[in-house]
Amino acid sequence: MFPLIVEIQSLTKVYESKNRVVALDGIDLELKQGEIFGLLGPNGAGKTTTISIATTRSLPTAGTVHIAGIDVVKHPAQARRHIGVVPQFNTLDRSLTVYENIYFHCLYFGFSPAQAKARTLALLEQFLLIERKTANVNQLSGGLAQRVQIARAIAHRPTVLFLDEPSAGLDPQSRMAMWKAVEGLRKEGITVLLTTHYMEEADQLSDRVAIIDHGRVLALGSPEKLKTTFGAHTVFDLKLKTHDDLEAVVETLNAREDVASAESTPEGLRVIAASSEGLLPEIVQMATRFGIRDLQIAEPSLETVFIELTGRDLRE
Amino acid sequence: MSSHQDSAIRQAGPSLYLKSFLGLFARDLSVLRREIIPFLLRVGMQPLLFLFVFTFILPRMGSGNPMATGGTDFGTVILPGLMAVAIMFSGIAAVALPLSSEFGITREIDDRVMCPLPLWAVALEKVCFSAMQSIVAALLVIPMAYFIPAHPVKADWHLWPLLALVLVLSSLLAGSLGLVIGSKVNSRHIGLVFSIIVVPITFLGCVYYPWAMLDKIRWLQIAVLFNPIVYMSEGLRAAVTPGIPHMPWWAILVALVFFTAALGRLGLRGFLNRVVS
Repeated sequence: MFPLIVEIQSLTKVYESKNRVVALDGIDLELKQGEIFGLLGPNGAGKTTTISIATTRSLPTAGTVHIAGIDVVKHPAQARRHIGVVPQFNTLDRSLTVYENIYFHCLYFGFSPAQAKARTLALLEQFLLIERKTANVNQLSGGLAQRVQIARAIAHRPTVLFLDEPSAGLDPQSRMAMWKAVEGLRKEGITVLLTTHYMEEADQLSDRVAIIDHGRVLALGSPEKLKTTFGAHTVFDLKLKTHDDLEAVVETLNAREDVASAESTPEGLRVIAASSEGLLPEIVQMATRFGIRDLQIAEPSLETVFIELTGRDLRE
Repeated sequence: MSSHQDSAIRQAGPSLYLKSFLGLFARDLSVLRREIIPFLLRVGMQPLLFLFVFTFILPRMGSGNPMATGGTDFGTVILPGLMAVAIMFSGIAAVALPLSSEFGITREIDDRVMCPLPLWAVALEKVCFSAMQSIVAALLVIPMAYFIPAHPVKADWHLWPLLALVLVLSSLLAGSLGLVIGSKVNSRHIGLVFSIIVVPITFLGCVYYPWAMLDKIRWLQIAVLFNPIVYMSEGLRAAVTPGIPHMPWWAILVALVFFTAALGRLGLRGFLNRVVS
């Protein structure tokens, strides 16, 4: 076996058009056998572009991607044998039933009809889809369609599975079911690379996370390591009616020992602190005269790590 | 499944490519089988009505009818032409229409382009499958041409090797044209393409008259040489109704091969552009 299942080196993608867009600016990533790896970043950070190149659907401007030791640009057809993909949108074959979507996928990967049938039935069982066997894929809910897509993507026993924003458009219940399905893949030893802009998802599922923004890797490590390295901080976000003389408050706060940093934002004030203990009432008191419209407190999480790294919210 | 079988599945090279190709073909066959009635109606309706109106109704209207111009042999003249039209329409319907929607919002093509096969082979499978449908469509015209016309059609089946060759080449050509249209045209404009490309090249494709008889309109006779349908009609004419004037068979074969290669190349480039960004 290859110790490194996915090896991404100095990956760069530039879209040359009227507005030159640098989607990837030298990404380096290495995925080990059997790990679940999360690519966390806001929309437009370069997550989908990375997946597109790794899955042979897009060509890099520079850099290389090796999947199970195979260069995906030089040998795309061979690399695809090792790749399973669940794209962001439902790309199930609308002309086929649920069963046929998986069955024909197996045939595309060289299974005999008997092997394909056995594998399809086993997967339908595993993903609790057996009752939907003959359903038309147009009639499936978002959550069910996602499950069929995952079952289809792993049907040929790929070495690595790419999940692009797997919970986009799913209701909370379907998201939990999807998480469970991904957890289940761990037992099968499949390496998973998932992209997400939900920090809970990255936190919950991933063994390691890379935080990316503007096509660059900002930080990389286990969720726990990221949270401790980049400060297990609480972030207070205040929206204020007026900003006059806010600088004085910022200075006062910055002078305190329990405050890591305080700064004014376009909408008000952001305070990053070691803990919320005792600080909250004082912040509220100081900010009251500016008219508090809204107050958000983010407990230490990958979200706060992202804010500390970029100064921005994941959803901004 | 044992790990031994697993590693057998992972075998690389031509044998996996072939299995993968056949898998794509099996998928298309299964979809077609489910839609066999719509398929037969789609390919059969036009030649059926055409033969019925022009070779059954009009000749019965008598000699006083100014529209009964085709003469008694009109059925013989248009049999090859109608086969060419059937090939053409079937090729476009089997490749261009599904491709343009699969490339569209649903991106249904994704799973098939992710199979362990070079992308040119995925496109080739589309063209081959469409060619098979085109051949069926062309053969369906033959029994109609025997039973419908008021005056019997005089076809000659001795040149069947030429017929087989022209049928296969024409069908691949139609599939290649379908690939060009399907990969280059936005699905919203696909109806327009029928009106501004498919219909004109069909009407000016020497379907309803032999190319030799265009000699009275010299400029048109030369202009239509750029129309690939002309060589389909003329090729089938040379093979099925050799008694009617037609181009030399070797020139037809050269032109069919040329157009298939040119359109195939263009279509493949369009396909790759749509699949890989």
